[in-house]
Amino acid sequence: MTYLDHAATTPMRPEALTAYAAVLADTGNASSLHASGRRARRIVEESRETLADVLGARPSDVVFTGGGTEGDNLALKGLYWARRRAEPARRRVLVSAVEHRAVLDTVQWLGAEQGAEVELLDVDAAGMVHPDTLAVALERDPAAVALVSVMWANSEVGTVEPVAELAAVAHRHGVPFHTDAVQAFGQIPVTVGEEGPDAITVSAHKIGGPVGVGALVVRRGLVLEPLTHGGGQERDIRSGTLNTAGVAAFAAAAATACAQAPREGARLAALRDDLVRRVQEKVPGAVLNGAPLGGPQRLPGNAHLTFPGCEGDSLLMLLDARGIECSTGSACSAGVARPSHVLLAMGAGEEHARGSLRFSLGHSSRAADVDALVEAIGPVVERASRAGALAGMTGA
Amino acid sequence: MRVLAAMSGGVDSAVAAARAVDAGHDVTGVHLALSRSPESDRTGARGCCTLEDARDARRAADVLGIPFYVWDLAERFETEVIDQFVESYAAGRTPNPCVRCNERIKFAAVLDRALALGFDAVVTGHHARLDLDGTLRRSVDPAKDQSYVLGTLRPEQLGAARFPLGDSTKAQVRREAAARGLAVADKPDSHDICFISGGDTGGWLRERIGSRPGPIVDSKSGQTLGEHDGTFAFTVGQRRGLRLGHPAPDGRPRYVLDISPVTSTVIVGPAEELDIRRLVADRAAWPHEGVVTCQAQVRAHGGVVAAEAEARGDDLVVTLAAPVRGTAAGQAVVLYDGDRVLGGGHIRVTAA
Repeated sequence: MTYLDHAATTPMRPEALTAYAAVLADTGNASSLHASGRRARRIVEESRETLADVLGARPSDVVFTGGGTEGDNLALKGLYWARRRAEPARRRVLVSAVEHRAVLDTVQWLGAEQGAEVELLDVDAAGMVHPDTLAVALERDPAAVALVSVMWANSEVGTVEPVAELAAVAHRHGVPFHTDAVQAFGQIPVTVGEEGPDAITVSAHKIGGPVGVGALVVRRGLVLEPLTHGGGQERDIRSGTLNTAGVAAFAAAAATACAQAPREGARLAALRDDLVRRVQEKVPGAVLNGAPLGGPQRLPGNAHLTFPGCEGDSLLMLLDARGIECSTGSACSAGVARPSHVLLAMGAGEEHARGSLRFSLGHSSRAADVDALVEAIGPVVERASRAGALAGMTGA
Repeated sequence: MRVLAAMSGGVDSAVAAARAVDAGHDVTGVHLALSRSPESDRTGARGCCTLEDARDARRAADVLGIPFYVWDLAERFETEVIDQFVESYAAGRTPNPCVRCNERIKFAAVLDRALALGFDAVVTGHHARLDLDGTLRRSVDPAKDQSYVLGTLRPEQLGAARFPLGDSTKAQVRREAAARGLAVADKPDSHDICFISGGDTGGWLRERIGSRPGPIVDSKSGQTLGEHDGTFAFTVGQRRGLRLGHPAPDGRPRYVLDISPVTSTVIVGPAEELDIRRLVADRAAWPHEGVVTCQAQVRAHGGVVAAEAEARGDDLVVTLAAPVRGTAAGQAVVLYDGDRVLGGGHIRVTAA
C-alpha cells in the first residue's frame, strides 16, 4: 500500500503509541486530589510544558482541546463573543478565502446567527494572502473588527501564509490574530513569538499523535468565551475531563516531529520534488497548483496537481484500485467531491479545480512510494481522461 | 471481470452486488448522488437520495468487503431527469422518471463512465432477467418485475448490464440479505419518486411551474364542471381529486381524458372514453421489421394486452387487441413476447 495522504492523517509515531498505551493502562483523573489524580495531573502538566516548549509559548498558554476543529471553533467563537461583549461595535470578522471548513463554516455561522460581518480575504494565484490585502480590509473600518484569522499553511495546496506579517498588520490596529496551524505544526517552525499570532490551533493526529486531541495556544491576556461549560478544567475556557493519555501521546509526537522537522523537511521536500518532476514527465500536461517548489512558501510534503481533462474522483478511484491512496481535497459529508473552494479562490476554473489531486508525504514516506505513483499515474490518467471526455471535460 | 455495482442503499442492489462478488468478479460499489442538497434522513418511501441511503450503501459494501465510492451525478440528473419531468408535466404529459433515469443516467452516464474507467459491466438490483444473448425478460417475481422500466433501453445499453436478481423473488432476496448479514434486509421498498420528498407530486410541481388556473370541461356536454389550479396536477385516467363544482349532467363519475396546457383546460368524461386502442410512440428500442404480434404494457404495473406493433420511420405504432384505460402520453410502452422484452418506446399520441 502506498499512502500519500499524510495531510489527512499520518501514522502514529512509535514514541506516541508507547506513551498512549502506557497512560491508557493507568487509572487517574487529572482533576482528582488523590495519588492517582496527581500522577495523571503530572503527566498532563509535563505534556503541556513539552508543547509549550516547541511552540515557544508559556505552559499556561496551552489549552488542550479535542482536536483542530474544536480549537478553531473555540478561537473564533470565543474571541468573537468576548470581543463583542467588551465592544459591541466589533462585528467584522476577517478570514482568508482558503481556510479549512472548520474556520469557514464557523465564521459563516457567526455571520448567519450571531450578527458577524464576515469578509473573506482574497488570495493570489498561489493561495497566499498579502499583508496589503489585510491592511486595506482592516483600514476600511478598523474599530469594527473583532478578529482576523488566516491559516498558517493551507490544507490543500500547502501554501505557507506570511503569518508574522499578517499578525503584525492586525496588531497595528489592536485586533487579535488567530491562525489554524494544523497543517504547518510539526512540518515547519510554528511559534507564538513576541509579535506573532494571539491564538494558534494545533492537532495531534496530523503529526503522529492520536485522533481526538489538540490544543489552542492562547496568548496571556486574551479573553475567550468558552464553548463548553462544566468543570472548567482548562483555564475555565475548556471543560471536560482531561484526556491524559491523548495529551501524553500528543506531547511525545510533537517533541519528535519538531526535533526532526529541519532534517525531515529537507528529506520530504526532495522526495516531493522528485514526485512532481517524475509525474510531470509521465503526464506532461499535469499542472502544479500553489506556491513553487523549492521555496519556503510551500509545505515540504505537499504536491498538489491538476490533471487537465480528468475528474479528480476518477483518478482517486483508479489509483486506489492500484493501492495508491491520495485525496481530491475537499469532500462533503456524503463523500461527494466538489470543486475545491481553495482552487476556485486562487482563480482556477471549475474544471481545473475538479481535476486535481493532493499527494501529501509524511514521516513514513519513502522513495518506493514515489516510484509506485510514478509507475501507475500514466495509465490512470489515460483512463480517467477517457471518462472525463464523456463528462464534457475539455482538458483545456 | 471488473464490475461496477450501482448501490442505492436498498436491499436489492446490495444483494446484486453480493452475487457479483460470489460469481468471482472484481466488484466496486458506487452510490449515485442524485440530489444537489440531499436530506439527511429518509422520509416516507423514497428510494435513494438521502445521506442515510448513502450510508446504508457504504455499510453494505463494507460487509461485502468491496471498495465503495460516491459518484456525484446530481447535475446530470437535474438536467436529464428532473427538468424533463417538469417540462413534460407542463406540456400535459405524464412522464415516468425511472424509465428516463435508466435511459439517461444509469445505463448512459454511469455505464459510459464505468466502461471508460476500465470496468467491463455494470450490475444493478433491478428485478429482470438478462440472458447471455442480450434478451431482457421479466423477473420470476411478477409483483416486483421491473422489465418495464428497462424496456426502452437499446441493445448496446443492455450489453454491459448485469441483473443478478431476475431469477429470485423479492422474498428470496430479503432472506438472502438477512443470511448475508446485510442490515438493509428489512429496509422498506421504495415507491415514491425519489426526488419528490413526501410524495406530494402536485405540490412539488406547483412550486416549479406555478399556479395556472383553468376550467375542467365535460367532454359530452361541453359544460364547465369546475376549476383547477394547474393542469400539471392531473393525469389522464385520474378520477379522485377532481373536486368538480357541479356533477356531470348524466350523474356518472368523470375521469380525466385529456389535458391542454396551452389553454389550461382539463377535459373529463365517462370511463369508456378513456379506452385506448391505438398508440404512437417515439421508437426508442425496436430492432424488428414488419408487423409483430406481441403483448403491450403501457404503465409500470398492469395494463398488459395483446397487440400488434410496427415500426414506421422513427415511430412505433401499436394496435391493441382490447382497449386499455388511462394511458397517457409520456409513459413508456414496452412490448413483450411472453416474458421476453421485444423493445419499447415513449407514447406520444393515443387514440380510441
